[in-house]
Amino acid sequence: MIATCPECAAEISLPADTLESEIISCPECGAELEVISLTPPTLALAPEVEEDWGE
Amino acid sequence: MRIAVLASRVRAEEKLIFAELERRGLDYVKIDDREEIFDLHQREYPFDVVLERCIQHSRALYMLKIFNDAGVPTVNTYHVASTCGDKFLTTQALVHAGVPTPRNLLAFTPESALEGIEQMGYPVVLKPVVGSWGRMVSKINDRDAAEAILEHRDVLGNYQHSIFYIQEYIKKPGRDIRSFVVGDDCIGAIYRASEHWITNTARGGQASNCPLTPELADLSVRAAHAVGGGVVAVDLLETEDGQLLVNEVNYTMEFRNSIDTTGVDIPARIIDYTLRIARG
Repeated sequence: MIATCPECAAEISLPADTLESEIISCPECGAELEVISLTPPTLALAPEVEEDWGE
Repeated sequence: MRIAVLASRVRAEEKLIFAELERRGLDYVKIDDREEIFDLHQREYPFDVVLERCIQHSRALYMLKIFNDAGVPTVNTYHVASTCGDKFLTTQALVHAGVPTPRNLLAFTPESALEGIEQMGYPVVLKPVVGSWGRMVSKINDRDAAEAILEHRDVLGNYQHSIFYIQEYIKKPGRDIRSFVVGDDCIGAIYRASEHWITNTARGGQASNCPLTPELADLSVRAAHAVGGGVVAVDLLETEDGQLLVNEVNYTMEFRNSIDTTGVDIPARIIDYTLRIARG
């Protein structure tokens, strides 16, 4: 699966076991991206960490 | 078996949990808190168990309340999430269960907080009561720093930041311990080592296996029970005289660095426990 980085327009190859909502880093610009769809493979900038995020 | 997993962002942990569910051929639905609309008059949900894996505490808390009130068992429960999600409530639970934990003070104004800090003696650690990954956790070494941080917290923060939770600073040996508890068992532990006094692996702390002594296992399980039990990760500090103190308990534990380190299949143990809860 190939998707485009919304930050730097790089073509990113997604592994076959990629899941929707998974977070990846763009290998070219390092932006943190969320897989918002698999059909077709679509990436968006991941949301910023909020104050109550964590474990 | 009708299983729901609450999650938004799929971290390494959620991916491992989904893979374990699939390996066992268990059907599940993922409930994404960003998409869901809850009708608060709905009193039944078609699930035998709900496994909570949200990244966002406030949402996890409300959704667990909705499911628990509808009689759906959850891992963890609303009660556990509310206690662990708030450092003040965690300390209260630990203290009243007789679990050793660092000395803590609570104050509501910068003036009384400063007085408390001076009484406790420097250095101290000031923490937001809600927050994770070591964010905005401050080690305060002297009065100048105390005055600056207290003023900033008071002026710049929301009301939560004017609840001053002050903890004695424990001179730990360049590491802390994280143990993993599932039900009544402590299943493993890691050291988290760092040059920095904040040792969270989310902040660069390095994980290595920590031998599970009877003392560590017992204290971990007692801490887990103190907050209501379930699947939790317990953070412990070693004092200079070799005592173990429970620092925090986490209810949506991260464990990606701990499976190889401990040799324990943590996602499998979580699913085992979740199925036990579903069966009552």
